[in-house]
Amino acid sequence: MADVSLKGVSKSFRDVAAIRSLDMDIADGEFLVLLGPTGAGKTTTLRLVAGLERADAGSIWIDGRDMTKEPPPARDVTFVFQQYSLYPHMTVYDNIAFPLRSPARRLSEDQVKARVDEVAEMLRIEHKLKNKATALSGGEMQRVAIGRALVRRPAIFLMDEPLSSLDAKLRAELRLELKRIQRELGATILYVTHDQIEAMTMADRIGVLREGALVQIGTPREIYEAPVDAYVAAKLGSPRINLLPRTAFPNVPGPPEAVTIGARTENILFDGAGAASAEGAVDWIEHLGDQNHLHLSVGAHKMVMLAEPDTELAVGDRVHLHLQAPLFFDGDGRRIGA
Amino acid sequence: MSAKRTNAAYSVVEPTTTSKRVAGTLVVLYAIVTMIPLLWIFATGWKSPPDSISYPPKILFEPTAEGHCNLFTTRTRQTDEFIESLGPPRGMCDRITRERNMVIAGESNYFPRFVNSLIIAFGSTFFAVLLGTISAYAFSRFKVPLADDLLFFILSTRMMPPIAVAIPIYLMYREVGLSDTRLGMILLYTAVNVSLAVWLLKGFIDEIPREYEEAAMVDGYTRLQAFWKVVLPQASTGIAATAIFCLIFAWNEYAFAVLLTSGTAQTAPPFIPTIIGEGGMDWPAVGAGTTIFLVPILVFTILLRKHLLRGITFGAVRK
Ligand SMILES: Nc1ncnc2c1ncn2[C@@H]1O[C@H](COP(=O)(O)OP(=O)(O)OP(=O)(O)O)[C@@H](O)[C@H]1O
Ligand SMILES: [Mg+2]
Repeated sequence: MADVSLKGVSKSFRDVAAIRSLDMDIADGEFLVLLGPTGAGKTTTLRLVAGLERADAGSIWIDGRDMTKEPPPARDVTFVFQQYSLYPHMTVYDNIAFPLRSPARRLSEDQVKARVDEVAEMLRIEHKLKNKATALSGGEMQRVAIGRALVRRPAIFLMDEPLSSLDAKLRAELRLELKRIQRELGATILYVTHDQIEAMTMADRIGVLREGALVQIGTPREIYEAPVDAYVAAKLGSPRINLLPRTAFPNVPGPPEAVTIGARTENILFDGAGAASAEGAVDWIEHLGDQNHLHLSVGAHKMVMLAEPDTELAVGDRVHLHLQAPLFFDGDGRRIGA
Repeated sequence: MSAKRTNAAYSVVEPTTTSKRVAGTLVVLYAIVTMIPLLWIFATGWKSPPDSISYPPKILFEPTAEGHCNLFTTRTRQTDEFIESLGPPRGMCDRITRERNMVIAGESNYFPRFVNSLIIAFGSTFFAVLLGTISAYAFSRFKVPLADDLLFFILSTRMMPPIAVAIPIYLMYREVGLSDTRLGMILLYTAVNVSLAVWLLKGFIDEIPREYEEAAMVDGYTRLQAFWKVVLPQASTGIAATAIFCLIFAWNEYAFAVLLTSGTAQTAPPFIPTIIGEGGMDWPAVGAGTTIFLVPILVFTILLRKHLLRGITFGAVRK
């Protein structure tokens, strides 16, 4: 296991700046999740750490050693790719055993078999070991890909949306499983995802990337409660945070330079004590079973809030809204007080 | 989410019975048309010399091994007394030859020419595919300076008929002592085929995702090992298809062979038409020689058929 640090790393593809002067430290045994929209440079970041791309500027340190110019095999990392991860001409067993058989390792076939069986059991693919890699479902393929990373126990795991093609149930299971394995092995993981539940539940810290730059990095709670700007605020939370013009809530006290006000769905109460922040009308109600989403109109603006599953509200009802601990953003979208 | 996959990529929508019949009929017709000359050659190989040139041609005839005997031997005409003095014939060919008042004088050049063909065709195919695979990989994966121009230049060697360069090559080969050598022919056929090989194989290798090698390299393999363990197995279809095309060219090549070889390195194609019997062409021997000449390429193609069927679409329909 090892720590990683990126110091002022930049990478361009011809005229596209994929990564701009990125500084990031990942501690030994830390689970760092990279979040960001498509094209933000998440995959590129992982490829730079793996040595599959050469940085244009800056340096990359693994376990205290400058690895900027080292080839991939020297870095002792493993990479779970976004796609194309299994070798179609090999069986599942050979796919998982492949990293162990590399000339860098030299394990006996008995040792290889023990490790492969152990990993296969962990990921519940023992019964598929003899299959060709192409004769698997998408979810099974992805588990084999994860297995191939786990089997090696490298210094650093790089995972590019490893759970993205799994169904919700399997994803939830593997999420727990991966987190458990990471704790057990004390593994350092750099993990890319679009799924905020994965980010919130697995990450020790989350790094939010945008256009090749690190916008914010911090624990899930920090990112959630104290986002640096409206963009990061909108990245986490489902339903999304309500971002409304300051003028929609004239009664709410706040800093004078605030232009936008942000209220997470769970921080909006209705019909409580005290003076209401605003009044809204129910447009429609989404029944999700364990909770309801109320879609409201506040003046000309739309917002979403949560309601109890047994709410008696109906479409057209008017409600008094109370904002709790709202976030304020200035004209550039930066959070005031951040 | 996780779609169920089957191994075979057959369409679920079956063609109609009528279209299947029409297609079937066309295929059979085409096969008959292309097979007739081959069958004719095969039959000629088993005819006697008079049967082979009789008019109207004989469809039914009494088969004889004379053509095959003549193919592998040289014979001299002798007097009856001399033939009788030799004692009983040794083997079938001896007997057939004596019936024509001749005795076997020695082995013909067919076998050495055939061996030349094997060495030259397989040798040049090996080198063309080897060079082609390595170059195609480089073009596909690395930033080769002027890659597009180089690829065009490589292709441009195929833009004129090979015979157009035959005379200069003949002169050059004579100068450096490569004319009528196996090495010279292997080099020449390799040079002609390598452009085809690079282009075909580049298409195949482009289709193999880079992530495969990258995963291997991250896992501790060098690029060369990754190429060997991951790229080559997946390019096997393309390599097989390319090898067959190269082999067919080198095996059947006639123009260069006529011009550049005459003796020790002569291949079978220029040799076969020179098989002369008594009073003109020995057609049964030519038929037998041609039939046997087809065997290696047939065997090679059948061995690689599994790959070829997928590869011949040039990577368009893989998996
Ligand atoms: N090999 C390449 N050649 C040219 N441009 C590239 C290459 N790889 C990435 N890019 C560009 O770099 C930028 C960052 O790409 P990257 O793959 O890192 O995004 P990402 O955050 O992983 O996106 P996604 O969520 O869609 O996977 C994009 O603009 C992309 O077009
Ligand atoms: Mg990506």
